[in-house]
Amino acid sequence: MDSKALQYIKKLGPLIGLILLFIIISVMNDSFLEFSNLRNLLRQVSINAIIAFGMTFVILTGGIDLSVGSILALSSAVMANLIVTGTDPVLAIVLAAGAGLVLGGINGLVITYGRVAPFIATLATMTIYRGATLVFTDGNPISGLTQDPLFHGFGQGDIAGLPVPAITMFLAFIALWFVLSRTSLGRKTYAVGGSEKVSYIAGIKIDRVKIFVYALTGMLCGIAGAIITSRLNSAQPTAGAGYELDAIAAVVLGGTSLAGGRGHIVGTLIGALIIGTLNNGLNILDVSSFYQQVVKGIVILLAVLADRKKA
Amino acid sequence: MKKLLLLLAMAVMVIGLVAGCGKSADNGGDKKSGTIGFSVSTLNNPFFVTMKEGVEAQAKALGLKVKIVDAQNDPAKQANDISDLLESGVSVLIINPVDSAAISTSVEAANAKNIPVITVDRSADKGKVVAHIASDNVKGGEMAAQLIVEKVGKAAKVAEIEGIPGASATRERGQGFHNVADKDLTVVAKQSADFDRTKGLNVATNILQANPDVQAIFAHNDEMALGAIQAAKSAGKTIFIVGFDGTADADKAVKDGTLAATIAQQPDQMGKIAIDTAQKVIKGEAVEAKIPVDLKVVKK
Repeated sequence: MDSKALQYIKKLGPLIGLILLFIIISVMNDSFLEFSNLRNLLRQVSINAIIAFGMTFVILTGGIDLSVGSILALSSAVMANLIVTGTDPVLAIVLAAGAGLVLGGINGLVITYGRVAPFIATLATMTIYRGATLVFTDGNPISGLTQDPLFHGFGQGDIAGLPVPAITMFLAFIALWFVLSRTSLGRKTYAVGGSEKVSYIAGIKIDRVKIFVYALTGMLCGIAGAIITSRLNSAQPTAGAGYELDAIAAVVLGGTSLAGGRGHIVGTLIGALIIGTLNNGLNILDVSSFYQQVVKGIVILLAVLADRKKA
Repeated sequence: MKKLLLLLAMAVMVIGLVAGCGKSADNGGDKKSGTIGFSVSTLNNPFFVTMKEGVEAQAKALGLKVKIVDAQNDPAKQANDISDLLESGVSVLIINPVDSAAISTSVEAANAKNIPVITVDRSADKGKVVAHIASDNVKGGEMAAQLIVEKVGKAAKVAEIEGIPGASATRERGQGFHNVADKDLTVVAKQSADFDRTKGLNVATNILQANPDVQAIFAHNDEMALGAIQAAKSAGKTIFIVGFDGTADADKAVKDGTLAATIAQQPDQMGKIAIDTAQKVIKGEAVEAKIPVDLKVVKK
């Protein structure tokens, strides 16, 4: 079997899982497959998916980013503060993405120039950014934002029947899919994760690739933060706590290897859909929330076991 | 590859199993009216677990079906949970918000679908709510002050340890306390300790240092009261300390005799009243916009 065909089959596993999930849940409750619920599902998936797209790049280089939830919270707080002090909401959304980019870039700099392992570096910045968010907001949510329809639409609106966050998610997916599979930057991302030594010999500027993936993830967290801020019409200092785990889970469920160099963003989208479908479906089926966590954990564990088998 | 598929199939089966065993066979008919949705802020806190149990018990007693979702203290998850409940076709929504500001968009979403909303314990900043059910904090503050008047005496020197400045619980409990204390007690100190036990210890230590003749302390919650107990112990003083909430730790401290009393909230009553109110709303009966839940004094 040539490598391309093999790659397709690897992608197929998660997809089959997702389809089976759909079938089982819709057999057990007919309201699951209703169009309005599928829209609802896409809206819910989008935040985790957008973060997980960035996480895919990071994990492909063999790294990890634990600070995503904290970046989301801090950029959300910055954005809400800008809006409250009279900045144009659309500009504030762009600035939130910019704030995320800078915070992610700092992660990249610490990891490359500081020579700190990604797990430790982002564990530290996770705490620092969260603390900064609490300092910045004084621990209180920032509310009473704006009535601007463009701002509300970003998290709550629909265009042509599709939720705006889902459209943002698909646009990000297409752009990042292109970067990963059709540009030299994408190839370098795989190369760095495959073998840093070989990449170095091949003349790849490893540090630049790494700073890029962390900055990209930061920016995506900023965008996800803007969606949450719009959706809740307020910035929460505790927003995004634990989101790193959902993002990593989506990446792993999608078949990307935590060792780096192997996997794809298509799988991540499916992984995020599996997690979102579990959350939504188990709620619709009225499964106790305690069982829900057990089920999610088991699914992630099985996916990791499957990843081991392939390696 | 086969193993991978096998694992995935197993994963799906586990879900089917869990979903299946928890539920009776009526899943297909969820769109029928009469189901109540209950979104609880967290089940990682005994207070809200007791509230959930109150909801379940009363729903069972009245023969009502209730769907419960747990936001795990994440306002974004709560927004998702509530949209799931709205999709699955509930007739009334009972919400115990994680955050009063963040819940507004979800309440508005329910309003848009004409699903009546009842809030419990914490209110919603915006959106239309048919009833809000919460402890009568003002009355609780009054009860604390009266207890001190009764047990320690009129014009006793008392210190007040406040909760997070501006929080509704802080304002209301403080207001109730001062309704009585301003007439019948001498409030010699008043400081905030953010509902936190460690801060309660520090603040109480400072107060006792500055006012060695304090006879009683009223703390806006049990955590701060438990901190104040430690402070009194270190200072070698016997002080009449009253807390608020009725947590398990506080109950134990009351039994041990270290805490004089706690003004206990009754989360199970909140849950019960929420279901009673939901039933009235389903039947189309009128309900009060604000429903206070009684507090009780727990003392030895």
